[in-house]
Amino acid sequence: MTPETSRHADSSAPAPLAACTRALTYQWPAGRTSLHFPDLSVPAGEHLFVKGASGSGKSTLLSLLGGILRPTSGSLALLGEELGPLSNGQRDRFRADHMGVIFQQFNLVPYLSTLANVTLPCRLSARRQRRASPDAHGQARALLQDLAIPESHWHQQVSRLSVGQQQRVAAARALIGQPQLILADEPTSALDADNRDRFIELLLTLAQRSSSSVIFVSHDQSLASHFDQQLVLEATP
Amino acid sequence: MKIRLALSLAWASLWHRRRVLTLATLTLTLSVTLLLGVQYLRTEVRQSFTNTISGTDLIVGARSGQLNLLLYTVFHIGDATNNIRWSTYQDLAGDDRIDWIVPLSLGDSYRGHRVVGTDTGFFDHFRFGRGEALSLTEGQWFGDVFDVVLGAEVARKHQHAPGDELILSHGGGRTSFSNHQDTPFRVTGILAPTGTPVDQAVYISLAGMEAMHIGWESGIAIPGRTVTPDQARARDLTPTSVTAALVGIERKVMTFQVQRQINQYQGEPLSAVLPGVALSELWRIMGQFERALLGITGLVVITSLLGLVAVLLTLQAQRNREIAILRATGASPSLVAALQVIECVTLASIACLLALALSAGGLAVVSPWLLEQHGIQIGLRPLAAAEWLLLACVPATAALVGLLPALLAWRQSRTHGLSHGMGE
Repeated sequence: MTPETSRHADSSAPAPLAACTRALTYQWPAGRTSLHFPDLSVPAGEHLFVKGASGSGKSTLLSLLGGILRPTSGSLALLGEELGPLSNGQRDRFRADHMGVIFQQFNLVPYLSTLANVTLPCRLSARRQRRASPDAHGQARALLQDLAIPESHWHQQVSRLSVGQQQRVAAARALIGQPQLILADEPTSALDADNRDRFIELLLTLAQRSSSSVIFVSHDQSLASHFDQQLVLEATP
Repeated sequence: MKIRLALSLAWASLWHRRRVLTLATLTLTLSVTLLLGVQYLRTEVRQSFTNTISGTDLIVGARSGQLNLLLYTVFHIGDATNNIRWSTYQDLAGDDRIDWIVPLSLGDSYRGHRVVGTDTGFFDHFRFGRGEALSLTEGQWFGDVFDVVLGAEVARKHQHAPGDELILSHGGGRTSFSNHQDTPFRVTGILAPTGTPVDQAVYISLAGMEAMHIGWESGIAIPGRTVTPDQARARDLTPTSVTAALVGIERKVMTFQVQRQINQYQGEPLSAVLPGVALSELWRIMGQFERALLGITGLVVITSLLGLVAVLLTLQAQRNREIAILRATGASPSLVAALQVIECVTLASIACLLALALSAGGLAVVSPWLLEQHGIQIGLRPLAAAEWLLLACVPATAALVGLLPALLAWRQSRTHGLSHGMGE
C-alpha cells in the first residue's frame, strides 16, 4: 500500500471530521437539473440521518460521498482529506480503505459464500485486512455471530439467505476491518418494522464499537430518532 | 493490480454460472474445431498435392492441355486423347540434352486401380515429396514380362503378398467384364507408402502390357487369337506406342528449350509441360473452393463468438448489481474489467483446448477410415505456426469481447453512480 493510505490511521491527533461538505453541487450528464446539497459535517464516530423523498438526490449524495461521482462544484472532505484532487484510482482506494457501503437490496456477490462476501473488503484493501481483529475470518465470524446469522449459512451460497439476513450480511461486510465511514442507502426499506429497528440498533451498536460514523439515507422519518443529527434534502423543483 | 483476487473471483463467478456457460463454450468449441479442422486439412491436402511429383522436369504426351496431361499421368484421373508413337519415344530418348526418360503406358486396370506399363527407370527416377525416391517394402522391382509391382494401398486393400497371381482387366473402371484371363501376372514387389497416387497403381513392364494385349487389337479378346504366356514370350514384345513419358533434363537451363522443341515436334503433335507449373495451375483452381471453405468456417467462428458475446451481455444485465457491489467495496474499474476479461479468455481457452482434443480424437478415428475407403493419408502432426496463430485468435477475440461488458459497466458507473441496478 502507498504511504498515503496509512496517514488516516493516526488517531493521536484531534480526530478530523468524518465527512464535511461545502456548497456541493452535481449536474448529471444526461442534462437533468443540477442538484444543490446542504452542507453537512459529521464528527468522527457520530451518525447522520439524511432524509429525502425520491428524486431529492440522496443516492447522488451517497455516490459523491463514496467517491464514485465527482462533484460539479463545491468541496468534499472525508476524514480530513479533500476528495477533489484525488484521481479516480485514488478515490477507489480511499473507498476500499475507509468506507463500508450498504445498499437498499441485492448487496451480495451472488457467486461468493456468506463468509467470502463479508471478507471481500479485506481482500481489496490491505488496510482493512490489518485492522480486522484477530484476522479477516475471525472478525467475519464474530460479526456474523453478532448479527445472528446461523452458522449453517456461513459457507452457503448467499441466495439461500432471507432478505433480512442478506442485509445483515451486508452490514457485516460494511463493518469488517473497521472503516471510519459507513454509507447506507435505505438498507431497511425491504425489511418489516421489527427487523428494521433491530437492524438499525445492531448496525449502530457495532459501528460504535469500531468508532465508525454511519451516514444513513432514508425517506422514513421514523428512523431519525436513532441518530445524533439529521439532515433533510428538499426535492428539486 | 490484485491479480490473485481477480482470478479467484473469476473462478467463483464462472463456477456459479457453469450451466449456461457450458452451452456457450460447447458452441464455441464446435466452431473452433471446425476452423482448426478445415485449416489442418487444407494444409495437409496442399502438402500432399504439391508432393505428388518432384524431380521430373517435363511430362510429355500427345497434344493436349497441360492440366489434362498432368491429371492422367500423375493423378491417374481421366484418359489420354492419343498416344505417342514408339519411334517418337525412341527419338526423344536419343536426345543428348535428355538425361533420362521413363515411358508410361496407361489404359488397363486392376480392381479399379490403374495399371501403369513402364520400365525400371520409373523406380530409379520417379521422385515425390522433397525428392524422395520410391522404395520397396517387400520383394523386388519387376524383371520378367508377367511380373507386377503393387502400390502400397493396392497391396494393403487386397491383402496381396509377393507370389500372388492376379488377372488384370481391360480398360478402366472398378468392375470390368473383359479380363486378361489368359495372361495372369505374378506379384514380385510391393512399394512403400508414399501418400501419392503411386500407392493406388500397379506397375508392369511395357513388354507385359504388350503381351497381354495380343489378340485384343480390336478392343475385345478375339477367340483363337489370344496367346498363352509361353507363346507370348516367343513373340517380339516391342510396343508400338506409349501414352506419355516423364523426362529428366541433363542441364536444367535447357528445360525450356527442350520443351519448346517437343511442342514443335515435326513427327506428330506433342505437348510437354512443366509439372510445377501445371500443379500450381491445378491448385489455383482447387484453391478457390478451399478459400471459400475457409471463409465460411471463419464466418461460423465469428457467429459463435457473437453468440458468446450475446450470452455474456445477457448475463451482464444480472451483473450490474454485482459490479456495483464490487465498485462500492472499492474495486477499481480495471479490476472489474480484468474479471470479465479473465472469464472470457478462460472460456475461449477451454474451448480451444477442447477443440484441440476433439480434432485430434476425431482425426485418430477418421484417418484409418479415410485411408481404408479413399486412400487418403492424413496423419497426426504438430500444428503449424499458422494454425497456432489461428487458434490464438480465439482467446484474443474473447479478450476484446470481455472488454465490452467491462466498458459498459464502467460507463454505467460513471453515468448512474453508486446505486445503479440497486432497485432504485
